[in-house]
Amino acid sequence: MSNELVPHQSDEVAPLRKAESEVAPVTDKGAASLFNQLKGFWVTFRTMFKKVNTVEYPEVKEATAPRFHGRHQLNRHPDGLEKCIGCELCAWACPADAIYVEGESNTEAARYSPGERYGKVYQINYLRCIFCGLCIEACPTRALTMTNEYELADNDRGKLIFEKDDLLAPLRAGMLPPPHPMYPDADHHTYYRGEVPGASPLQENVAKNVSRNISESNQ
Amino acid sequence: MSIQEVNRTGTSELEPAVEMVTLTIDGFEVTVPKGTLVIRAAERLGIQIPRFCDHPLLDPVGACRQCLVEIEVNGRKFPKPQASCTIPVEPGMVVNTQLTSTVADKAQQGVMELLLINHPLDCPVCDKGGECPLQNQAMSNGRGESRYEGKKRTFEKPINISAQVLLDRERCILCARCTRFSDQIAGDPFITLNERGALQQVGIYEKEPFESYFSGNTVQICPVGALTGASYRFRARPFDLVSTPSACEHCASGCDMRSDVRRGKTLRRLAGDDPSVNEEWNCDKGRWAFKYAHQDRITAPMIRDESGELREASWPEALAVAAEGLSVNRSAVLTGGRVTVEDAYGYAKFARIALRTNNIDFRARFNSEEEREFLATLATTTVKYSDIDQADQVVLLAFEPEEESPIIFLRILKQVRKRSLKVVSVAPFTSRGNSKLGAEVIKNVGNEPSEIASLALTSKSVVLVGERLAEIAGALSSAKALVEKTGAKMAWIPRRAGERGALEAGAIGNLLPGARPVKDPAARVDLQTAWSVESIPSEPGLGTDQILEALHKGDIEALLVGGVDPFDISRDAIEGLKKAFVVSLEIRNSAMTEIADVVLPVAAVVEKSGSFTDWQGSRRSFDAAVSDSLQRSDLRVLSMLAEEMQRPIHLPTVAAASKEIAALGTWDGNPATFAPSASIASKVPSENQALLTSWRNLLDEGTLQSGEPNLAATAKKAECVISADRAERLGVKDGDLIRISNEIGSMTLPARIGDIDFRAIWIPRNSKGSRPLLELGTCTHSLVTVVKA
Repeated sequence: MSNELVPHQSDEVAPLRKAESEVAPVTDKGAASLFNQLKGFWVTFRTMFKKVNTVEYPEVKEATAPRFHGRHQLNRHPDGLEKCIGCELCAWACPADAIYVEGESNTEAARYSPGERYGKVYQINYLRCIFCGLCIEACPTRALTMTNEYELADNDRGKLIFEKDDLLAPLRAGMLPPPHPMYPDADHHTYYRGEVPGASPLQENVAKNVSRNISESNQ
Repeated sequence: MSIQEVNRTGTSELEPAVEMVTLTIDGFEVTVPKGTLVIRAAERLGIQIPRFCDHPLLDPVGACRQCLVEIEVNGRKFPKPQASCTIPVEPGMVVNTQLTSTVADKAQQGVMELLLINHPLDCPVCDKGGECPLQNQAMSNGRGESRYEGKKRTFEKPINISAQVLLDRERCILCARCTRFSDQIAGDPFITLNERGALQQVGIYEKEPFESYFSGNTVQICPVGALTGASYRFRARPFDLVSTPSACEHCASGCDMRSDVRRGKTLRRLAGDDPSVNEEWNCDKGRWAFKYAHQDRITAPMIRDESGELREASWPEALAVAAEGLSVNRSAVLTGGRVTVEDAYGYAKFARIALRTNNIDFRARFNSEEEREFLATLATTTVKYSDIDQADQVVLLAFEPEEESPIIFLRILKQVRKRSLKVVSVAPFTSRGNSKLGAEVIKNVGNEPSEIASLALTSKSVVLVGERLAEIAGALSSAKALVEKTGAKMAWIPRRAGERGALEAGAIGNLLPGARPVKDPAARVDLQTAWSVESIPSEPGLGTDQILEALHKGDIEALLVGGVDPFDISRDAIEGLKKAFVVSLEIRNSAMTEIADVVLPVAAVVEKSGSFTDWQGSRRSFDAAVSDSLQRSDLRVLSMLAEEMQRPIHLPTVAAASKEIAALGTWDGNPATFAPSASIASKVPSENQALLTSWRNLLDEGTLQSGEPNLAATAKKAECVISADRAERLGVKDGDLIRISNEIGSMTLPARIGDIDFRAIWIPRNSKGSRPLLELGTCTHSLVTVVKA
């Protein structure tokens, strides 16, 4: 036992630095030395007339490739309901454990997505995300996609955990902010087949009543 | 469960040598006991035949047809593939599973395709997703693509078949596991398969909801997501959960459990697989009552300041105040019946060393000196579940197994179903549980001791004594005499999980740890040496009632309590407690918090390791399910407190306590003696009077069931059971309100006419609207006036 504890002393390990005598001395002198310097400057001079590959970021920004893996986005159905069903398959697929999801039941009073389930909590930790896109492939409803936005830097680690609100797609024309009921006579199959054109006035009225009821009950 | 595991339970040891059968499966020879099913014989070779309806603890049914294999007997092949879960082995049988037979493989793929025709593509939203036998076996034994192009059959989804269980009929593959479980294991055939063909579906009766105490098991054994629990709905995915084997903290049945935790919170609990105890089942209370640990927690120590208000304090400050308050001459400890073995040992050692007293009692309920003496002789009883399996009759004395220890109920029911086991119960009326057991009920309220004495038993009979028997003076003595006379086996079954462990750990006034009688000088010296202390108090300590009385009189100045609800003991216990200096170790705010002078927060069961001793005397240890909890166990807090008092108990960790308990062992000297008590002649009720009887229902207003409304909704409604002639006298029908009163107070409950003793009435002890101890100041064997309300 005891001899195993003796520090390993071996001369097999190569020294980190070569002995001084092995380093080649500078031997060039006179004209030869000057020529070598000019050769170097010539490379610099020639480059001044070449087309530059860089841009003056951040004043100038170049478009990314169309399929660039940037920040994620949680998409919406045309009437504003969320596509995310809180199934956690993205979190399951994530090799960096960057996604945290908690599901919840949709109720008649508060519906966020078609069907039974929606994602109540949705977080992506951009300190961990490696932008591999496996989450996008895993998503069964195309709720999660990636945008081309790449400016994801901050001086606060906490701010780099994006919540659902940060990730949700903006409301476009014809969309109502959830919670609101499904399109009249539609079910989740209709939504997934893409047959819902946009929010109907009926949904708008109910949504208004719901929000009024909520604000009244809060008072 | 494999064949080997069945043997491990010891049930087959007494059976005559089993005839063995040799057969060939996929070219390998295997020898199994006669009667084994082909699917199980294949398991012994490690060959997995896909299956859904097959369950080792349920009768074979062959409903799903997924386990088709090719079978050849005596050189003749069955013309078509056969379901291996219904065919017993035969000598010389040649079986070819999907691994060696293309016919079997194709047949299985065909069955899978048929099962999936109407199964919705719900996997992303289904709670079973990720741990689903259908998902897994569709991958292993199904085709990649479906050829079905028609429309799937749809149903409204999901529907509540009880407040706690949701049914999604679209997902059901009609394996009948749930209906068979309810019928064969739980004895509650409240669900059944209705309709035929594609519309066949699981359904409930219109009039009777699926309110079985065992409904949670159907969720666990459902091989698809057709039955799901309402409280776990959409909470997590299997990969989110950290699973820890644990022990159930609710009753003394001693179930093996699995706790699934996500981010420091228990999200669900499942029945573990212990063939010698709970097999693969548990009750709904064990499965769903765990949210009490999530709400209203005390997280910091608190001390009562001069103004009488509790304020948060640092640990050193609170410990100093507590230590000073407890350093008086006369003090006592009440531990409650929910402690783990190690915590109970901590309390016992703390009382003897730090408080120098034997005034300690775990009985936060009815308690008598007769019971304490009875308990002192119990430590060596070794009745097990397997004794029920072999008994010629089971006698239940003041014990309602379905309400008070559901796994014992399942075990008795199994034997009743299997071999018509005789069950005799001394109880006021035939409860639902008793009628399921087909029990002969001896109804003679007030004269139980003489009824017990006249029972005819043999040495193969098992007597199960409920903790409520102590409430009848002389009944325990009578039971003990009966057992000594007949040689029958006797076990005491407390209602709470920690009581048996606390008894053995010495958390009672007449016993030291390891069942050492306090009165025995040799036992005290033995313990003194083990603990390295100079002396151990030689006077037996006071019992719970005596402690409360002494508190009332001011004879005891300081009290240490651990998770005791004073209203479990008596109506006015709190008055006595107010007079003393009270240090309370608690997980949540309670009635005790309001009067305590120092409150020290402790860990809930999921946050600490430890062990529980079940009614058989077997210990089940568990690790902390929430491993990163900052809460300390009772033991740790007691250890810190003892150090603060300069009288250390040297038990820094659960492991240390466990080691010390093992080293101490059980006392091998003279055991405690039992002096029988006389029974008291029962009071005779007059015309409109009755003898009150009660017990606690499994699901009631218990502290550990709070925070789970879905579970509470399946609890039985409180009602008062009265006899038919009393109903006639009062002029009431089922459901009419009656008023029960005495000099302290009154309660009004709906009546239910039952076969109860004409002198008695029965009410639940702690249900919504029926808390007799609070309202009437009594809960058993006392006279009350009963009138129509």
